This record gives sequence, structure tokens and C-alpha cells, in this order.
Amino acid sequence: MEKSTFVFLVLLLTSAAFYWGRKRAFAIAGGSIRKLHSLPSYYGYYAALWCGVPTLLLLFLWLCFENSIITHLVISGLPNELSSESPERLNLLINDIRNVAHNSAAGDVDPAIRKAADQYLWLEQISNLLLTGFGICIALAGATFAHHRITREHRARNQVEKAVTIFLIGCATLAIFTTIGIVLSVLFESIRFFQKVPVTEFLFGLHWSPQMAIRPDQVGSSGAFGTVPLITGTLLISAVAMVVAVPIGLLSAIYLSEYADTRFRSVAKPLLEILAGIPTVVYGFFAALIVAPFVRDLGSSLGLEVSSESALAAGLVMGIMIIPFVSSLSDDFINAVPQSLRDGAYALGATQSETIRQVIIPAALPGIVGGILLAVSRAIGETMIVVMAAGLSANLTANPLQAVTTVTTQIVTLLVGDQEFDSPKTLAAFALGLVLFSMTLALNIIALHIVRKYREQYE
Amino acid sequence: MNSLDSALSPPRTVDAVLASLPKRRRAEQRFRAYGLTSIVLGLCFLAILFGSIITKGYPAFRYTTIGLDINFDPQIVDPEGTRNPSIMAAADYDALLKASLSALFPDVKERTQKRALYGLLSSSASDTLRSVVLNKPDIIGKTERIWLPADDAIDMLAKGQFDSSTVESEGRLKSQLTWIEKLEADGRIKKAFNSTFFTKGDSREPESAGIWGAVVGSSFTLLVTLVLSLPIGIAAAIYLEEFAPQNRWTDFIEVNINNLAAVPSIVFGLLGLAIFINFFNLPRSSPLVGGLVLALMTLPVIIIAGRSALKSVPPSVREAALGVGASSMQTVFHHVLPLATPGMLTGAIIGMARALGESAPLLMIGMVAFIVDVPTSINQPATVLPVQIFLWADSPERAFVERTSAAILVLMAFLILMNGTAVYLRRRYERRW
Repeated sequence: MEKSTFVFLVLLLTSAAFYWGRKRAFAIAGGSIRKLHSLPSYYGYYAALWCGVPTLLLLFLWLCFENSIITHLVISGLPNELSSESPERLNLLINDIRNVAHNSAAGDVDPAIRKAADQYLWLEQISNLLLTGFGICIALAGATFAHHRITREHRARNQVEKAVTIFLIGCATLAIFTTIGIVLSVLFESIRFFQKVPVTEFLFGLHWSPQMAIRPDQVGSSGAFGTVPLITGTLLISAVAMVVAVPIGLLSAIYLSEYADTRFRSVAKPLLEILAGIPTVVYGFFAALIVAPFVRDLGSSLGLEVSSESALAAGLVMGIMIIPFVSSLSDDFINAVPQSLRDGAYALGATQSETIRQVIIPAALPGIVGGILLAVSRAIGETMIVVMAAGLSANLTANPLQAVTTVTTQIVTLLVGDQEFDSPKTLAAFALGLVLFSMTLALNIIALHIVRKYREQYE
Repeated sequence: MNSLDSALSPPRTVDAVLASLPKRRRAEQRFRAYGLTSIVLGLCFLAILFGSIITKGYPAFRYTTIGLDINFDPQIVDPEGTRNPSIMAAADYDALLKASLSALFPDVKERTQKRALYGLLSSSASDTLRSVVLNKPDIIGKTERIWLPADDAIDMLAKGQFDSSTVESEGRLKSQLTWIEKLEADGRIKKAFNSTFFTKGDSREPESAGIWGAVVGSSFTLLVTLVLSLPIGIAAAIYLEEFAPQNRWTDFIEVNINNLAAVPSIVFGLLGLAIFINFFNLPRSSPLVGGLVLALMTLPVIIIAGRSALKSVPPSVREAALGVGASSMQTVFHHVLPLATPGMLTGAIIGMARALGESAPLLMIGMVAFIVDVPTSINQPATVLPVQIFLWADSPERAFVERTSAAILVLMAFLILMNGTAVYLRRRYERRW
């Protein structure tokens, strides 16, 4: 039986338990449900919980351990010369066996592997049978237990509500588990990477060329993992983006919140925010197909040597993407400045622009700075635009007319396509992920802290 | 007296103010103009972006077809006259096409010229003939005009996408252009609606590449995302807004959620690769893993939107429910939650729209593979619309530029539809208390 059928069966049993429990509640109430502690349907939910939750837990445990147990059994059943291979080869072997087991159409197969595949399938069937058997037993036992517990005084509502609270808490803590998951997944692979490549080289090396020799006797290409050019490239493109986004975003926020009448505002603001909803892959296409050639031609008509994958083009488009982000955050902060400050400035005879420049902006500055930091963090983590429009070669330069590469571009190029999971090349992507995560995390924490402080100031 | 008076008295402030007024007024005008310019600049960027993509993309919705009089020669299609589908399917339809083209252009004799002539048609033209014959076997032995898809280069040529210098420099294109002009004069060139684009999966040949596979993949992925992130997100929002005590633990959860909302999407891809694929051994490139990753990504959006929707329900509603004896759980689920639903749904739709446009984390979990088949379940390898756009944008063929833009138009149509629904919901159902 497939797992999905099993889940369906559990749901069926659970709803049956609900009706059973409710019926029991009506039966013990003897015609007047006011004698019950809780409403009858709570007794139903109580029975359903006792039926469904343990069974789903069993399924979860099964899913966690089934694979490794079956794999272990299959390996121990292999002939000796196969099972004594190195762990990496063994992994490949297991993959082969799985493929043979699930796509029976494969042509010539080693008889040992064919046998192992048959055993694999057989074990899978046994496991599914066992799961179904155990599952049904547990579901029935749970429902019967709950059925017995139901009496007039039984506090079903409180217990159901307790279960719901536990579920709610579980969902809320998922955010913490996600963060832990991110940290662990990049950290472990990074540690393995740093066992092969020293941390100092990674952080301070000036050369990045992750092509490793596949055979030890191959000439050249020993692989260099210095991230300095990547980080400067990332910062260069982000700086170009900020030069575009901050003035345009800030000035349009000021105009929209201070000068524009409601009609203009109600049209222009949503239109600007469309820019934030456009998928990044569209910006990437736009950058690569239209902006980059335009920048190159413009440069050559001015007598400048501009690369067709220049940091300028990618940064420009990224800046366009970030405009609404900067403008809507600044808009919030400008609107949060109390009207009394404006009135005070006008009373002293300041013009509107003087009020804005000398009173409102200074008052909103902490919030705006926080917003800009968030925008920088977004620019650093942006992927598709730079993958499609920035270069691949790691140049250590501050000239925006040349091609540079970024951290995110390198992660994508290292991980897309065929990969060996143990080569430093693949692990390097996770180390870069760690760098990216720490950079954006630091920026976000600082920015969110500033923003929070600022919001408290005027609330 | 007067002059002495003015010399002795200090300069009046009002004069200084009056003298500075024109300057200040100009500064005011300038500042206003800066603001307006930046808004206009932003809107210009938007217009250029949409304009360029629409002009590049809309030709892809029509495709050049060539009408040829095909003689369905029984000797080639069905030599024994058995009308056996397997024999008819295996027949040499290219021979029919070649015969028809040669009859139209009898003066083309040279080998390379002939190859260029046959190259007018797409390689899928013989499939079209096959399906014509299989659907209508009594056509065998007759001669009928059939509209066949042109090759992608010819399609570009007919749409005028090649400039004249490219045509001049390539002999093959030059002679093909003269043939096309002759065909056009005969009324044998027609632009038809490009239904292939909407019904087929990916292909190496631009003329038979479509977005249907990616659309189905996107729907499966979004389905998984929705099923996971909506209940979990709403539950988390309810807990944090209604039940959570004010303590460090709650604070820590909130900081985490706010941070996750700002973590680069590619990092979620790394998480998916390391945990879902390498640790849990879930199938690579599948909508299941894609949906899981996107669900983790959209969760913060849904939680934040859900909390503000709950916050906007006035406390009097809660107090009234508690006052008539509802438990706090009943208060939330029977009274507060229904009132907050429109706001929550709006947030969920916006989160889904973001997930639909996301591609970077899906590159990490292998959804970039070249997949021809349309997926039929969440476990099969698939690709999604934005990744399909990324793949086509990388393809060298000129005809893919047009298809990339067309796919972008389709993606944008979906996004506009979703965001429009969200705006509608907000306008229609959101109550101000």
C-alpha cells in the first residue's frame, strides 16, 4: 500500500472516530446535553485526536527511519566485494539499486544489483504492510481508549483546546526550526569545506577559480578559493544599485507623502509598487537583453571600454528593482513623523522644502537608514539579476564598467548541474552561503533594531 | 535726518527675509521638481520594461505556417492498403513534404540548395502530416492543402526579425527569403495562433517548445506551498497574536520571523538541498521539494500579514464573546478568525504571488533540468515558469528570445490576476472598525 493511501485511510478512520465519540456523548447524555461537561462535538474531536495523532506520529517515524533501515539491510545482503566499497561508491551503488528497483525497464544490469533491487522492492512492500498493520491497530486502540474515557464529567473541551494550543505553539516555533535548519545546513558543509581549504585562504585569498582537477595528474587548475573578489564584486553591484535606488526612492517617497494630492498619490504609488512585484528573473532578462547592450553601446559611443556583462548594467537594474522597497519604507517613516513637528516648522516661517529637509528628514533619519540597510541586504542577496547579467570571472576591481561576479552567482554556478557532493567545489557553495547568510543576518539585525527603536520613539 | 536714521538703525530682519525669499522660493521649486522627476523616472523604467517585453513577446503568440499541397501517395503512406495505424504511423512523411516542395520549386537542383529548401519547414511538420492521416485515413490518395509549421529561423524571417545585413551575409537565408516571398505571393504563408506554445512542454526546437509543462509544474509547486504554508502560517499568527505570553521566548520567535522574511531566497535553496534532498532523500527536481522550500519562504509573509489582520479586529468583539461564556479558543476560532479572514487571505495571495515568481531557490534543488514531459504528480521532475524563462533566456536561438518574452507575459498575467484578486478582496471585504 502506498503512503498516500495510508494517509487517506487514517483520515477516514479519524473522521469515523469523530462520529463514534460524538455518538457516545449523545448516548451518555441521555437526551439532555446540558448534563455533559462539554459540547458533544468536543467529545468527537477528543476521540478523533486520540485516533489520528498517534497514527500520524507513527507514519512520521516510519518515514524518518524506513529508508536508512532498508538501505542498511540491502547493503548487508550484498556480496562482500560490493559491500566493502568506500562510502561514496556505496552511495552510488544504492542509487543504482533504487533506480533498478523503481524503473524495471533498465537494460543490462549486474545480476548482484538486480538481486539487491528485488530485495529492496520486497523490503519496501514488507515495510508498507507492517506500517498499515501497526497504523490500523494504533488508530483503533486510540479510538477505543478515547471512547472508554468519555463520561459526563470528562473535560473534553479543555483537552481538545490544550491539543490545539500545542499545535499552534508548534507552528509558531517552526520559524525557529527553519533558522536552525538554515544555520546547520550551511554550517556543517562549511566545516567540511574548511577541513580541505583553510579559513584564512577563503576569507583573505585574492583569487577565485573553483575548478578542481578531476584526476590528480591533470595539469593546472588546482582551484583557488579566495572570496575577496566575490565580496568586492557583490558590494560594487550593490553600491551601484543603491546609487540608483536611494535618491529616486527617497525623493519619490517625499514627493508622494508631502506634495502629491490624493489623486496623484493613489495612481502613482501602486504603479511604483508594481516594480516590487515583478519577478527577479524578468529583471534579469531585461538586464541581459536590453540594459547591458545599451550600456555597452553608450559607453563605446563615449569612447569607453564597457564590458557586455558590466557591473553597471546589473547594478542599474537591481537599483530599479529596489526603488519601491526604499520608497515604501521611507514613506512609512516620513508619515510616522508627528504633525506637530511640521506645524512647528511652518509656524517659524519655513517653506515646505525647508521643513522637509531640516525637520522631517532628520526626524525620520534613523528609520530611513534602517530601511536603506534592509535594501542593501536585499541587494546583496539578490540572485537572478546577477546570474543573468553579471559575469562569471572573478575580477578584483572597483570599476563598474568591468565584469565582476558575486557571491550568489558563484553559488548558483557551483551548484547547478552535475555535482559530486564531496568535492570542495560543491562544499564551497555552502561556505559562500554561510558568508551570505551571516552578512545579510548582521545587516538585518542592525536594521530591524534601528527600525524598532525608531518606531517606539514616536508611538 | 532720514539717511542718518537708516544708517544708525540696525538692518531690519524683514529686509533680509524679503531679499532671501526669491532664492528660497526657487529652492522650493527645485526640490519639488526633484521629487516629481524621480517618480517620473521610476514610472519610465516601468514603462520601458513592460514596453520592451510586450513588443518582443507578442509576436510569439502567432506562428508562421506554410500551406503545401500534399499528395498523400498511397505508395508511401500505406502501400498495402490495409489502413493499419501502425503502418501509417511509420510511413516516410518527409518524402511527401519533399515531393511537394520540389514540385513548387522545380528549378532548385543543387544539393545544399535542396537542403535549404526542405529546411523551410519545421522538423515537426512530418508529425503534423502523420496526425492528419491517422485522424482521417480516407485522405490517402488525395491531394490537399495542409498548413504546416515553418522552421523557427523562417518564422523569424517572415516576422522580419532578421535585419537585412544578416540576411545578406548568409546565403542560405537569402535564397530562403526569395522562396518565402514567392510562397507569400501565392498566398501560401499564413500566421496562425501558436497553440503549441500553450499546450506543449519544453523542447530544444523553439517552434515546438511550449510552456504547458512549466505551468503545470508551477501549479503543483504552488499547491504544495499553499497546503503547507497557509494553515501553519495562520496557526502561528493566531498563537503569536492571541495566546503568546509576553516573554523572551515569544520575542525570540518574533525576531526569527522578521529575520527569515529578509533572508535571501537562495539561502532557502541551500537549506532545501542540504536537508530535503541530501538528508531526507526526497526526489530531486520535484514540485514536492520546490513547494516545501517555497513554503518555508512564504511562511513569514503569511504570518506577518495574518498578525496584522488579527490585530485589526477590535477587542470589543473578543470581550463580547468572552462575556457570554466562550472559552478563549472558542472566541478566537468562532469570532475573531472569521472577521480576520479577508486580511489573511489577502496576505496569503500576495505570498503565493511571490512564490510563483521565485526562481533562485528552485535552481538549487535541481528544477533547472531540461524536462520535456508534462509532470503528472508532485514527485516527478518538473520545472516552473520563472525557471523556464531563465532556461530559455540562456538559449542561443533567436526564436527563444521571443518565447522568453511571451512566457514572461504569461507569468505576469498570472501575477496581475493574483494581485488583482488580493486588491479586490481587500476593497470588498475589509472592514474598518
